[in-house]
Amino acid sequence: MRFGGAENYSERLERTVLSPLARTSNRYYYFLFFLAAVVLWGLYAFIVQLSYGLEVTGMRDIVIWGLYLVNFVFFIGISHAGTLISAILRVTHAQWRTSVTRMAELITVVAISVGALMPIIDLGRPDRVWHIIVYGRFQSPLMWDIVSITSYLTGSLIYLYLPLIPDFALMRDRLGQEASSLKRKLYTFLAVGWRNTPQQRHRLEKAIGIMAVLIIPIAVSVHTVVSFVFSMLLRPGWDSTIFGIYFVIGAIFSGIASIIIVMAIFRKFFHLEEYITERHFRNLGYLLIVSLALYLYLTVSEYLTVGYKLEVEEKHLLEILMFGKNALWFWSFVVGGMVMPAFLIVFRKLPTVPRLVTASVLVNIGMWIKRFVIVIPTLEVPLMPFEFGAYHPSWVEWSITAGAFAAFILIFAILAKVIPLISIWEVAEETGAAQPLPEPSAESRGVVRRAL
Amino acid sequence: MQRKDKRLTRRQFIKGFTGTLGLLAAAAYPVSGLLKPARAAEGHTGETASDARNRAWCMVIDLKRCDGCIGLGTPPQCTQACINGHYVPKGQEWIQVYEADLPGGGTYFMPTPCYQCENPPCVNVCPVAATYRDRDGVVLIDHRRCIGCRMCMGACPYHRRFFNWGQPELPPEAALAEYSPLYPVPAVRGTVIKCMFCAHLLRDGKLPMCVQGCPRKVLYMGDLNEDVASNGVEVVKLSMFLDTHNAYRYKEDLGTQPRIFYLPGHGQAFGRKPNDPRPLQPPVWGWGGDGYDNRPGPWPWGEEAR
Repeated sequence: MRFGGAENYSERLERTVLSPLARTSNRYYYFLFFLAAVVLWGLYAFIVQLSYGLEVTGMRDIVIWGLYLVNFVFFIGISHAGTLISAILRVTHAQWRTSVTRMAELITVVAISVGALMPIIDLGRPDRVWHIIVYGRFQSPLMWDIVSITSYLTGSLIYLYLPLIPDFALMRDRLGQEASSLKRKLYTFLAVGWRNTPQQRHRLEKAIGIMAVLIIPIAVSVHTVVSFVFSMLLRPGWDSTIFGIYFVIGAIFSGIASIIIVMAIFRKFFHLEEYITERHFRNLGYLLIVSLALYLYLTVSEYLTVGYKLEVEEKHLLEILMFGKNALWFWSFVVGGMVMPAFLIVFRKLPTVPRLVTASVLVNIGMWIKRFVIVIPTLEVPLMPFEFGAYHPSWVEWSITAGAFAAFILIFAILAKVIPLISIWEVAEETGAAQPLPEPSAESRGVVRRAL
Repeated sequence: MQRKDKRLTRRQFIKGFTGTLGLLAAAAYPVSGLLKPARAAEGHTGETASDARNRAWCMVIDLKRCDGCIGLGTPPQCTQACINGHYVPKGQEWIQVYEADLPGGGTYFMPTPCYQCENPPCVNVCPVAATYRDRDGVVLIDHRRCIGCRMCMGACPYHRRFFNWGQPELPPEAALAEYSPLYPVPAVRGTVIKCMFCAHLLRDGKLPMCVQGCPRKVLYMGDLNEDVASNGVEVVKLSMFLDTHNAYRYKEDLGTQPRIFYLPGHGQAFGRKPNDPRPLQPPVWGWGGDGYDNRPGPWPWGEEAR
């Protein structure tokens, strides 16, 4: 394919961002099949669980919650990647954000959708989920969760969709003759009659501004309330006043790490090097180290305050956590999830991108382990004069966990082929190369048409 | 292009912000109507109008007389009576006898039914009001409503709630029982279950099964309103009985206000010495089996263990 020398910035931007939507390699389909197979395996495990009941899991009367709740907290955590971070950057007018926000917001929507399934899978009677709507009462922290997570999902969907409208309109206009009518109808519908008039533009920006401000308190409330599911209970390690902010910071921490990973993957496979530069990685690296420092501070406060007093149940908890059977989990979180990433971010010997991606992968693994360390050891501490509980996840739980992660990647991979991963109009606006998207020249229209 | 219309001005922001707050407040208003008291099964609890008097059921446990039935060489008879009477699924002990350490060496035996707290953490956290306190102060569970989220089990500081992880394996006669939250037989898979003070017997003026089953008459059933308690042999004036025997409540400092009172010793020999070899026997489930029907193997390709 040849492009004339007359190709300007915005045309190149359109072409780069839209080309993955038009062309798909076989490797991509193999990857999708692989993911779909894992999801189906998880689904099979869930069917086994439905037919036998929760006895197929490793949970029992003493350790009543297991991997499902760990995954729940983890996914809701990485969902903070998106909306919160992109909204904060938008509200503070950080201009470099434009090429990152779309991916961040996508992470949010997909992660909440997968994460919200986890407590339902964890129910003893998933057939009675509707009781929550019919008999729900607001005294229960679980009800707060349901309310705030559903509003977060709704808010994030709106917040993802609004900046997409001009891009959908662009795709509608660029579709060639050979594009299927389904595709044409889809994009026409999603573009809701966007004509890029000054009035539409004004309204859109106002709406985005309002959503950006609204979504921040909702996002903060979501993870606070997730922590309340634990901290409202009379248990050692959970009975803590800093749990709300501890969870929120932890969520932002793992969220930023997720953005860095996703950015690196799509930069490589979608050839977005021009728009996602080292500068983006460096800036997110700064955010990552700040949230790491905050999380470290809160972790120290949390364990020092109970460790100094050593109230009996807390003492049991700290013993199994730091020296006992959970020590491996705990210290691999401390070393692998905090110390090593901190060194990787601070010392810049290695090249930026692989260095930060390694740090982010470590952070995400570490934060999953941290959620395990929050949920499980507390439940193992005896409340009555009996021995410590034990928890060994069964194959069903591991399979459903693998299925959930595969579902997350699968949905993300499919969406990446349907919507442009970079907000074309916002990037164009930020660079100032092309004020409101110009009518494409006949030549470039032909080029993009061929691409689509 | 104009930069101005992109940014929110301060005035716009304040306008938008107060407007949003107002909207949220208006939206939150109907929520107050949803703060319903935790009374699930009104109308189908099996409440009878025969005994109109309000009770405040409580239990007094005289620790200095309890030897965990090691003297008889049997499992604790309170637990056993409860299991036999309620067809308790295997592995659950609604009233369980723990052997706890004494500060001066030696141990004592501590029967632990549900504590029937006046400020029950479990009732507070239930998202569907499946667990509730009935008019006599007994914490009950409606197993037709429970969704199995296990928040109540996490909230209970006494670990007195159990979960039916699979389809409970019960003797055939259990199927004949008529279910009610007062007498949760047969147990329902995927729901939380616990001691309910034999509320069905109390309403008929009978003592709970554990109180009837105790060979040493350690357990007293009492009514705080009527200020009386009985272990089936003697009847005592409850307030004076608790007072003269230095009664205490377990984990009193949590503020759960349990309705189980323990009577510690007065220098009498209670519990047992460290060199006593007799073991505390585990209870037996007469109908055998391993607790749940249809147990799967430990691996996906494994066959059913049954």
